[in-house]
Amino acid sequence: MKRPLGAIAHTRSGDKGDTSNIGVIALKPEYYAAIVREVTPERVKEFFGGLVQGDVERFELPNLGAVNLLLHEALGGGGTLSLRIDAQGKTYGAALLRMEVEVD
Amino acid sequence: MIRIANGQGFWGDWLEAPVRLVDQGPIDFLVLDYLAEVTMSILQKQKQDDPALGYARDFPPLIGRLARKLKDRNIKVVANAGGVNPTACAYAVLHAAPGLKVAVVHGDDVFHRIDEFLGKGYEMRDMETGQAIAAIRKQILSANAYIGAFPLAEALDTGADVVIAGRSTDTALTLAPMVHKFKWKADDWDRLAAGTIAGHIIECGAQCSGGNCQVDWERIPDMADIGYPIIEAEPDGAFTVTKHANAGGRVHSDTVKEQLLYELGDPTRYMTPDCIADFTTIQLADVDPNRVRVTGIRGGPRPPTLKLSISYAHGWKAIGTLVYSWPQAVAKARAADRIVRERLAALGLEFEEIYTELFGLNACHGPAAPPNPDPPEIQLRIGVRGQDRKAVDRFTRELIPLVLNGPPGATGFGEGRPAVREIVAYWSALIPREEIATRVEVVS
Repeated sequence: MKRPLGAIAHTRSGDKGDTSNIGVIALKPEYYAAIVREVTPERVKEFFGGLVQGDVERFELPNLGAVNLLLHEALGGGGTLSLRIDAQGKTYGAALLRMEVEVD
Repeated sequence: MIRIANGQGFWGDWLEAPVRLVDQGPIDFLVLDYLAEVTMSILQKQKQDDPALGYARDFPPLIGRLARKLKDRNIKVVANAGGVNPTACAYAVLHAAPGLKVAVVHGDDVFHRIDEFLGKGYEMRDMETGQAIAAIRKQILSANAYIGAFPLAEALDTGADVVIAGRSTDTALTLAPMVHKFKWKADDWDRLAAGTIAGHIIECGAQCSGGNCQVDWERIPDMADIGYPIIEAEPDGAFTVTKHANAGGRVHSDTVKEQLLYELGDPTRYMTPDCIADFTTIQLADVDPNRVRVTGIRGGPRPPTLKLSISYAHGWKAIGTLVYSWPQAVAKARAADRIVRERLAALGLEFEEIYTELFGLNACHGPAAPPNPDPPEIQLRIGVRGQDRKAVDRFTRELIPLVLNGPPGATGFGEGRPAVREIVAYWSALIPREEIATRVEVVS
């Protein structure tokens, strides 16, 4: 069944230079497998379209039921160079809550 | 067990937070994190204008306000409020709170050593782009090495009531009281990693105790009196994240997990001057309401290098806005954007970047935003960046005329022309740790 990611996960995002990181955390332990299966670097890059110019990396933290996504070249130069309202990617995590995922 | 509370997540955080941490319950150490990446450059400029400045000016009056309670209850303060002038900060604290013993940690400021480092063959390549620092040598405004917990612990060992550092890491502020109190060794990697992760959890203040939390945010209690976080640290490295019981907010594994993932890179290699912490070893348990117990943390040897935080001048920018109302707000804002760009091009002005956002349509989320085909109003937001101040200044004059000579329905120009701002950019590089020697000074 297709659901928005926000039905099974919560997120927090921030910045390191021109890279945005999004932590995606399962709302219940049983949702972690679906997050690992569905929230792939390829799908996340496609979801954000032109907002993410570089690659997307993913790290798994099964102990926290979470994955950490690094979105490279995603903040218009980052820090004080960026001309974007969300130069630190503070809202990118919230954006990802809309991504459709297949839930068991 | 010792209680370590963080009352400031950045310079500009809630002024009442440290006072409430002291007033609302027991704590042993109050840590205050004032420095973000570009804060050092702002402080460096202030020091150039006035040699008595260059530190977090909120800090001395805060200590003055708390002095009697700190002394009566033997609460020690650890803060990186010193910025680029920790000595001046220490004297300002002594002036505001004459009865306190103040210790300063020196050695992080390498602004005057860049050429020495270049002479030794250190290229100080930017950790993000790989570019050698020679490219921006003349624009450098400040340069500091990140200092770890051991110099801060040494300062606490002097019996100081207030420890003032410059560019210490955020996590070192929390780890230092543990090293001081529990006599942890410099190669006790698991415990140092535990204290480092405790520091990461509380370094952004209330962002781990209910602030900016997505889970059930409408029902987080009394955010107006949100409780800033407290670590109850134990000698073996286990710790509990909590807050004062009578304060608002929430401490739960959900709020702690969100903060653990905040600004994280490779979770198995969280690098600090003190150790490399492995976030995949963290075990969390909700043991009681507003109490999260953290165990199991493993770490590895500290890296042979320290990170440098360097700021440099990088041209100018300005961001201007106009609001277009319904009907056809989006089409009008887009037309206005095209007109501005055409006029700038006709003037022969060149910029590194011109960036346009339609606020109310997709400024935050870009292509990921939900569709909003007929919004009642849109804020057009155009930013430019370039090395030519005159070109950026000219841009600031190109928005308001559109109210009369562009598409219909523009408003929201009451703030006048946008300001031209100097850009202070950030550069991070590595240096062998032997190059950085710290020194503790007790000031009286």
